[in-house]
Amino acid sequence: MTSFSKNVKALLWGVLFVSLALGASASTGDICGAGATFPYPVYAKWADAYRKETGTGVNYQAIGSGGGIKQVKAGTIAFGATDKPLEESALEAAGLVQWPMVIGGVVPVVNIDGVAPGGLVLDGATLAAIYLGRISFWDDPKIKELNPALSLPHRLIVQVYRADGSGTSFLFTSYLAAVSDAFADQVGAGASVQWPAGMGAKGNEGVANMTVRTLGAIGYVEYAYAVQNKLAFVKMVNKAGKTVAPSFETFQAAAVHADWASAPGFCLNLADQPGEKSWPMTGASFILMPKHPANKRNAEKALAFFDWAYKNGAEETRALDYVPMPDSVVTLIKASWKQIDLGEQN
Amino acid sequence: MNAFIRDVSFLSAMGVVVLTAAIVFVLGVAAAPAFKAFGWTFFVSDSWNPVKDVFGALPAIYGTLVTSFLALLFALPVGFGIAFFLVELSPPFLVKPLRVAIELLAGIPSIVFGFWGLFVLAPVFQKYIQPFLIDTLGSLPLIGPFFEGPAFGIGILTAGVVLAIMILPFLTAFLTEVFKTVSPLLKESAYALGATRWEVLKSIVTPSTRASIAGGIMLALGRALGETMAVTFVIGNFHRLKLSLLAPGTSISASIANEFNEATTDLHSASLLALGLILFVITFIVLACGKASVALLARRERR
Repeated sequence: MTSFSKNVKALLWGVLFVSLALGASASTGDICGAGATFPYPVYAKWADAYRKETGTGVNYQAIGSGGGIKQVKAGTIAFGATDKPLEESALEAAGLVQWPMVIGGVVPVVNIDGVAPGGLVLDGATLAAIYLGRISFWDDPKIKELNPALSLPHRLIVQVYRADGSGTSFLFTSYLAAVSDAFADQVGAGASVQWPAGMGAKGNEGVANMTVRTLGAIGYVEYAYAVQNKLAFVKMVNKAGKTVAPSFETFQAAAVHADWASAPGFCLNLADQPGEKSWPMTGASFILMPKHPANKRNAEKALAFFDWAYKNGAEETRALDYVPMPDSVVTLIKASWKQIDLGEQN
Repeated sequence: MNAFIRDVSFLSAMGVVVLTAAIVFVLGVAAAPAFKAFGWTFFVSDSWNPVKDVFGALPAIYGTLVTSFLALLFALPVGFGIAFFLVELSPPFLVKPLRVAIELLAGIPSIVFGFWGLFVLAPVFQKYIQPFLIDTLGSLPLIGPFFEGPAFGIGILTAGVVLAIMILPFLTAFLTEVFKTVSPLLKESAYALGATRWEVLKSIVTPSTRASIAGGIMLALGRALGETMAVTFVIGNFHRLKLSLLAPGTSISASIANEFNEATTDLHSASLLALGLILFVITFIVLACGKASVALLARRERR
C-alpha cells in the first residue's frame, strides 16, 4: 500500500477542515466552568437566571472536583469548582485564586423502626464509631445514653456510604476525622476513602434509596436531598454541646463563626465549628480561577457572573436549601479578586 | 472505485490495530507511577485508601473475576436450554417471538439493568434468597465462608445474577447459530435409531459443536468482564476483600467509574488507570484462551 488514491486524500483533508471549523466555533460565547457536583443545582439555577437577565450564558459541567482542578490548571475553562479547598501552597504553585461560593450541609439519615425524622440524636464520636464498625447494634449503650426516651431495637447497623467520589463524602469524613482521632487515623478525610464497614451506593439518590430500603441502615446525604425526600434525618450534638437540627440557620451559624479573614486562599473547613447553633457538618464549595488567565475577556465575564450571583442569587440559593455566603465574607472575597490580572481595562 | 474501497478498508483495518496499540501504550504510560510505587504488592494488597495514597487491586480483580464466573455459571445452562429449544423443540410459530424477545433483551441499556437490579432484584435477594443461603449453606464446612451473612441485598452474587441476564441474549444467539450448523443427517439418523432428544443433545449436538461453544463462552465472558454501570449499582462498592458471595465487593470497571472524577492525587488516577490496564490484560487472556481452545478442540476433532 504505497500510494493512496486521490479520493482518500481528499476525504482526509475534508475531515481535517470540518474539525478545525467546529473547534473554532465552539470557543466563543458562553463562560465555561467545570468541577464540583455538590453545588451543581445552585450554579445551574444561577446560570439560567443570569442568561435571562444579561444574555450571557454560563456553561457549568459537574464533572467532579478532581476534574475541575485539572481543567482549570490546563486552562481549558474560565473557572473551576472544588468542594475540597486547595492549600495555599498548591494555589501558589498552580497560580490560582480561590474563594468560597456557596455553603451547604450534610445530614445523616437513618431507617430504624419507630424512629421519626429528627427523632434520633447522635454526637460526633458515636457517629464515627458507627462508621468505623465499632458500634454494631442500634441498642448500643452509647446510642441509648444519647436517646434515653427512645426504645431502640436490637438491630444490626448497616452503614451506607457514597461509592462515587464526592464532595458530600468529603464534608462528612472531614467532620468525623475532626471529632475522632481513631477515624482520622484509620480512614481520614477525602472525596473517596476506604470505609472499614458497610456498603457503597451511587449518588445521593443511591444512598437515600439504600437507606430507606434497608432496616437498620444509616447513610448521609446533602441537606437539600434529605429535605426534598423527607428522609429521617438525625440531630447532632455540636462542639458547644448543644443538640441541633440541620437547617438553614444552623448552617449559616457555622459559616458566620468561621474565621475567614485569617485563612489564606479561604482554605477553611467548616466542619465542627464553634457556636451554640452551628451544624457540625457544614462546608463551602469553592471557585478556582487562574491569576493570569489566557483569555482575559472570559475571565472578566466570569467575575461579572460571580458578582451578580453574590448580589442577586441569594433567593435561589435558599430555595434550593443551600446557604449564601455572609455579606462580611463577600467583601473579603471581592478584595481577593484583585489578584486576577485582567490586563488593560477598556 | 476499486482502489478507493481497497484503501478505505485497509485504513479501517489498520486503524483498529493502531488504536488498540495506542490505548495500551497510553494506559501503560499513565499507569506506570502506580506500578512503580507499589510493585507487585499492587496485585495482592487489599488496601484501597485514597486518603493515604495506598492502593491495591486485589478486591477489584477478585470481584471482576467472581462476578463474571457466576454470570457464566447462571447464564450457560439457561442459554443452552433456550438455544436447544429454539432449534430442536419449538413449534415453528413460537420461534420468531422468542428470538425477538431475546434480541430485545440485548438492546436494553445496561443502566436500566442496574436500576432494575437495585430496585427489584436486590430487595428480593435481601428478604428471601440471601437469608435462605445464609441459613442453609452458611454453616457448612468448606463452602460456608462463601455464604456468610448479613443479608445486604446487594453484593457479588446479585451482581453475578444481573450480569447473567445481560450476557444471556448474546450467549443464546451464539448457541442457536452453532446448533443450526449440526448436520441434520446426523440428527435424523440418531432419532431413527431411537435416540431421545436428551441423547441427541448429549451425544450428537454438543460433541460436534464443542469448539464453537467454547469460543462463544469466552466471548460472553469477555462481555461480562467489562460491564460497568449495572455492576456499579448492585455490587456494593466495598474496597476490601471478603470471600463471601453475599458481601459487598467491587469490580475493576465499577471502581474506575466511581472514582475517576474525584481522583485528585496523581497516584490515585494512576492506580485507577493501572486497574484499567489489568482489565485489558485479563480480557486479552480470556479471548486468547477462547481462541486456543477452539483451535485445540478443532484439531482433536479432525483426528
